[in-house]
Amino acid sequence: MADTGAASAPKPSSSVKLVLLGEAAVGKSSLVMRFVNNDFQENKEPTIGAAFLTQKISLSTRTIKFEIWDTAGQERFASLAPMYYRNAQAALVVYDITKPSSFTKAQHWVSELQRQASPNIVIAVVGNKADLASNDPPPSTSAPISDGDGIVAVPTDGGEGELEDEEETIRKVPVRTAKAYADEEKALFFETSAKTGHNVAEVFTAIANQIPETALKGPRGAGGAQTQRTEERGRVDLGVRESGAKEGCAC
Amino acid sequence: MAAQNPSTPPSSELPTVPFTQEGTELAKDTPAAPSRETTPPPLPPRPKIYGLLGDRPPTSGGLRVPSSAKRPGLQSKATTALSLGELHAQTNRDGSPASCQTRARGRSRSGSEVDDSASIRSFAPTMQADGDIESLLGEVLGDSEIQTWKIMGPQFPGGQSQGASIFGNGPEFEEAFEHEFDELTELETDGSNEELVVKQWKAKLKHFLVLSSAGKPIYSRHGDDRLISNYIGIIQTIISFYQGANDSLKGFTAGNVRFAILSKGPLNLVAISKLDESDQQLRVQLESLYMQILSTLTLPSLERMFKARASTDLRRPLQGTEILLSALADGFTRGSPSTLLSALECLKLRKSHRQVINNTLLKTRSPNLLYGLIVASGKLVSVVRPKKHSLHPGDLHLIFNMLFEAGSVKAGGGENWIPLCLPGFNNTGYLYMYVSFLNVNNTSEQVRERPSTSSGEDEVAILLISANKDGFFELKKMRDELVEQLDKNGSLAFMTAAIKRGRPSCTDIIPGTTLRHFLYKSRGNVQFTMPSFDPYFSTPIARRRLLTLYTHLHTHLHTRPTHLKIHHTTSGNCLTLAWTTPLFDLYAVAPGTTSRAALAQAANRVVQWVRREEERVFIIGGAVF
Repeated sequence: MADTGAASAPKPSSSVKLVLLGEAAVGKSSLVMRFVNNDFQENKEPTIGAAFLTQKISLSTRTIKFEIWDTAGQERFASLAPMYYRNAQAALVVYDITKPSSFTKAQHWVSELQRQASPNIVIAVVGNKADLASNDPPPSTSAPISDGDGIVAVPTDGGEGELEDEEETIRKVPVRTAKAYADEEKALFFETSAKTGHNVAEVFTAIANQIPETALKGPRGAGGAQTQRTEERGRVDLGVRESGAKEGCAC
Repeated sequence: MAAQNPSTPPSSELPTVPFTQEGTELAKDTPAAPSRETTPPPLPPRPKIYGLLGDRPPTSGGLRVPSSAKRPGLQSKATTALSLGELHAQTNRDGSPASCQTRARGRSRSGSEVDDSASIRSFAPTMQADGDIESLLGEVLGDSEIQTWKIMGPQFPGGQSQGASIFGNGPEFEEAFEHEFDELTELETDGSNEELVVKQWKAKLKHFLVLSSAGKPIYSRHGDDRLISNYIGIIQTIISFYQGANDSLKGFTAGNVRFAILSKGPLNLVAISKLDESDQQLRVQLESLYMQILSTLTLPSLERMFKARASTDLRRPLQGTEILLSALADGFTRGSPSTLLSALECLKLRKSHRQVINNTLLKTRSPNLLYGLIVASGKLVSVVRPKKHSLHPGDLHLIFNMLFEAGSVKAGGGENWIPLCLPGFNNTGYLYMYVSFLNVNNTSEQVRERPSTSSGEDEVAILLISANKDGFFELKKMRDELVEQLDKNGSLAFMTAAIKRGRPSCTDIIPGTTLRHFLYKSRGNVQFTMPSFDPYFSTPIARRRLLTLYTHLHTHLHTRPTHLKIHHTTSGNCLTLAWTTPLFDLYAVAPGTTSRAALAQAANRVVQWVRREEERVFIIGGAVF
């Protein structure tokens, strides 16, 4: 999305406070490490407390600086979570596609955010460790995807049916279930792999595009309308990018 | 300090396992015990001395040939090929059959087999300097032996056997130590490989177990639940047997293994060691594990949980802290001067440089700050603290362990906000710690997670502790100012240079000395200083042996009722001195060829050196507000 060379004047930049929530060991820190350092470590040790990191991303009309709170997933830290999601403009609620309990926990987090966090917080439901279900949509099924949100579900269904035999032992949270849930909660939905990098940048880009201009602090861009259009485009793009990446992953 | 009363007769003696109850440490059951090969009895002082002299009475003709010597230092010992074997056989016979388990005996026997074969071709390497062992022995030795020689190589600079054999632990110890930190093989669901896994488990030199007083497993350094549940059951039965009699069990010996038990409220902590440590030392280690648990939970919440339900499963609330407990445990197994001495090490800095850092800390101090620390590669650089609160070394040890041994905090590369309880400061509530790592050498390079065993050299960590849980951004601001100021006034450069310089070597401190290593603890400052482990103790195994030696010395100085002022031992390989005064404890090691007078002189010069450098090697007072 970055068209760096073109802009001689610096693009308006603003910071977005983002929090990661989810059960222990679903890969929150790994997602952040992939996004910030483009790095991955097997057997990462559990986060203690919370880590604070920043990363900028460049959109077509502005630069977003993410201020990321990567929280520890253990039960005993749960009471500290409000400290991190208070005033957050975005939240990544992460679960592990191989662990149903983590999806349940994710749903709890989403409802807690809806109750307690700022009303216009952008929530993304993220199923991590997609690489473990490595047969996930074969190229043939994802090929028909062209555009639009509605279509995403179709190949996904096909994929699932096809994969049930091989995959059922590894994947425990079907894409369809999670996607339906995210739609219902008006949240973004992605399946990612911090290990392969699949969809990681896309999640953050989609969030950046989803943040309403009015919610942004710092210097503003020129026309609100134009920004609005960008956002629209961002949202539509999202479906395409997601399936495109999946295609790549399946090879 | 646990009360230890070495010579009281056993108050209860089971057929094979002599138990030790509260206050009644018993001498190893038979007179023959002191000559047991692999574990000199840890408690009674008299036999310990034998232990240091090669596990045999000093009158024995083999004084200069420690019982499991693999490393004769002199060519003239060639004849011992035979006598060594004999000695071993003898030691094994002597090895207190009453309490020596079959396994232990088996180990010793295999040890002596190794000796026999080793002794045939043993003497070549000692005749030459460190470097060329492989080429010289290449034709004679198989690969595995070369490997062994290579490992041992650094310990024999100039043909001088450096403590390798004085502890009665030879290749089998080395082998075990090498695999000490390996993960056990996963137990198959059908239990088909159980025998193998149990064998690996039993080969570990050290175990730590934490269980609830209801007998629920909470933590085990090695082995998962399925593997250890039987053992947990047994240990729980033993502990509760004595608790039932209102006479709680503190430790016992089985074969060559020492068990030490620490009961703390609803928890029982057990250390199982083949490393020849005293109960008191093991208990200090268990205390540290207990403090780590408190640091996670706080005492009131721990007690509340068990009050509500005696069968509480504590693993859930402790989830994620196993790495911290294991990092502590492994530190103890590797050997930690800091834990042994219950003291901290500081980065050696000029007084004026440290003063500048102190002042910068005071100047940038933010209102909600409780403690501020700068730590470089595990050594304290500077502290800012309120007048009425000092820092508890145990608390700092927990923090250092979290930051420098367990890699998770610095792995992220970001800043961290960590709720923790510092039990030495206040065990009832949480404080919040801001942590930021600076890579002083190359700030653009991302800090990467490293294996927990590596010593993170050029890392400087800024730790800012506050009682205010919303204080992150306030402390972050302080950190930014602090780092900017430290950079501007050159302190960062001083720190980097000091880190690069590392610890001085013994010969830097006393030119031409034969002294190999020492530990100097300033009792008043609760800090210690020591020279570099290089070149004589640069391998983990050499370091472990050195620490075992210090452990013995420490035991002699600090085991009641024998309070010694000066303790001096000589063995064929090694001359050691332990010296305690109200101001300091000093432990020093020199090769066996050194004269007593030379060692005593070296010790005096170490003391002089420390006196001269006191404000460089120690933080006196720190920045106080």
